[in-house]
Amino acid sequence: MAARENMRVTWRLLFTVVAMFIFAVFIMPPIYDVFCEITGLNGKTGNQYQAISAEVDTSRKVKVQFLATNNESMPWQFKPMQSEIYVHPGEEVEVKYFASNPTQQDMVAQAVPSVIPFKAAEYFHKTECFCFNNQPLEAGGSTEMALRFIVDIGVAKSVNTITLSYTIFDITGAATEQTLAQN
Amino acid sequence: MAHGPAKGFTRWLYTTNHKDIGSMYLWFSFAMFLLGGVFALVIRAELFEPGLQIVEPELFNQMTTMHGLVMVFGAVMPAFVGLANWMIPMMLGAPDMALPRMNNWSFWILPFAFAMMTSTLFMEGGAPNFGWTFYAPLSTTYAPPSVTFFIFAVHIMGASSIMGAINIIATIMNMRAPGMTYMKMPLFVWTWFITAYLLIAVMPVLAGVVTMMLFDIHFGTSFFDAAGGGDPVLFQHVFWFFGHPEVYIMILPAFGIVSAIIPTFARKPLFGYSSMVYATASIAFLSFVVWAHHMFTVGMPLAGELAFMYMTMLIAVPTGVKVFNWVTTMFKGSMTFETPMLFSIAFVILFSIGGFSGLMLAIAPADFQYHDTYFVVAHFHYVLVPGAIFSITAGVYYWLPKWCGNMYNETMGKTHFWTAFIGLNLTFFPMHFAGLSGMPRRIPDYNMMFADWNMISSVGAFLFGAAQILFLFNVIATIRGGKKATDEVWENPEGLEWTVASPAPYHTFSKPPQVS
Repeated sequence: MAARENMRVTWRLLFTVVAMFIFAVFIMPPIYDVFCEITGLNGKTGNQYQAISAEVDTSRKVKVQFLATNNESMPWQFKPMQSEIYVHPGEEVEVKYFASNPTQQDMVAQAVPSVIPFKAAEYFHKTECFCFNNQPLEAGGSTEMALRFIVDIGVAKSVNTITLSYTIFDITGAATEQTLAQN
Repeated sequence: MAHGPAKGFTRWLYTTNHKDIGSMYLWFSFAMFLLGGVFALVIRAELFEPGLQIVEPELFNQMTTMHGLVMVFGAVMPAFVGLANWMIPMMLGAPDMALPRMNNWSFWILPFAFAMMTSTLFMEGGAPNFGWTFYAPLSTTYAPPSVTFFIFAVHIMGASSIMGAINIIATIMNMRAPGMTYMKMPLFVWTWFITAYLLIAVMPVLAGVVTMMLFDIHFGTSFFDAAGGGDPVLFQHVFWFFGHPEVYIMILPAFGIVSAIIPTFARKPLFGYSSMVYATASIAFLSFVVWAHHMFTVGMPLAGELAFMYMTMLIAVPTGVKVFNWVTTMFKGSMTFETPMLFSIAFVILFSIGGFSGLMLAIAPADFQYHDTYFVVAHFHYVLVPGAIFSITAGVYYWLPKWCGNMYNETMGKTHFWTAFIGLNLTFFPMHFAGLSGMPRRIPDYNMMFADWNMISSVGAFLFGAAQILFLFNVIATIRGGKKATDEVWENPEGLEWTVASPAPYHTFSKPPQVS
């Protein structure tokens, strides 16, 4: 009888162990992503945005600054073509980033955005962004990459400046041959 | 039924006896304690003076990493499991652990895990060098190739701890002697009961986080890689969700040990038994909601910083209840100061100092100054060395006469205590000052202004190391001979373990005792 009791306890605890493992690997990362999206934590911005209203608040202006950083030893030249602009909330604006690949080989890059202050992240909508896809660039080539965005009309009054930062990563190794072939 | 232990080496290989397995755990843990201690002394030798003298920075980083990993997973945790194996069945009046074969398995996979981890020191690219917290991307993108061995070693240690915890829970739930109700169990059993649940809850999370690392490194996933849509900060959240309960795993059984020792030498029953149980449970519960206090500087919203700060400070309340109870137990007792009592009193005082520096670190705005400095190193060594190590030492001195039937040498024990006590404070107290004036952690070289504090720390570290050799010598001498211990060993100690003969027979409580 004691042996059966022991097996019952063992199975119950083993079940908990498996459940906690699944929780750590399959549940915590998605929860973290959702949590970041809601709170703007880490300045994560959302995916492609469909404009729903054309309303523009002309009574105020928000300064948007653009930054570009190369991760680690990424050899590309990567910079915004204008360092800052003023926009009305609700207005759709296009800016461009410049990238060139000075190396002797074809490369693929991925830009990852981050918005500061965090509380503005959920009000910063990108309707078009080079960061939605990876960026292949042949050896010695250069390109201008477009970004269209809307600062949501609901952004807090205390936000006068939004800083958008892109970090560009070299993902040549990870990118598949197909991606290179497609472009 | 009166058969004794088998002969030869296979006794240890095949044993399912809780006393044999407990002894193996304790010896293994002591070996790891010495190994981790050697790593620590390499660190302290390099830091004796500013500049690079003895080791290359690469090896220095491997030493800090391996010291932390070996001490946490190799020395402290197996030592507590060893004490649990020896004492829990005897304290509950049970003939053995509930799952003796799994008990054997959970011990015997440990030497393999640590052989694998230690072997990385001799591999190309060296051992893990990313700190015992193995933050991504240091442990993924920039890790040495040996990281894969580290990951598997952690998997095996985790499996061992989980099996140990299952065994302890099953023993406590099903093997208590008639009349031994939950609220009559000794506090060591209670604290281990709660610790075992913590292990069940968080060791799988540790296994999960290293598995995610494994997939990021070898199978192209991007859990922690920003370029692929992941986030390195996620690593820190998952790691500390394991890591904070883990630090209580390393201290709750210690609370149980000193709660057994202090009443014996104060000759008074423990003050506030049930409040001790509830305080332990509250600490365990709170440990799940404070993890982000390790990462205040990572960029959290203000609300998050505040929530984690207040939750962390709340832990001081149940901990304060415990310290109050120990002090009140000693108050107006007829105290004597044998070696286990000296270690226990030092535990109460020094652990409280570590608790206070913990409160300082809990203050989010101040933490920005302390973060990643030697102040943090001073804090966690003050809770772990006088906390975990001193309590384990106290427990060994307290129960050793019961285990081997001989009294240890009291003079040598007291010499061990005072050498360790002075060595410990010389080592870690100056680290507070070095840290407050800005000395960063995990660096092989430092500014001249920290030179004096570091030299004192290094001298203290070697003194502390020497004290442990004395400990080893004393334990071996006690096992080989010495004054015979009585069955009670001490004056009217409480607990079923003192009702059996000294040395404890190979099989105890084959017939369960009646607990009134």
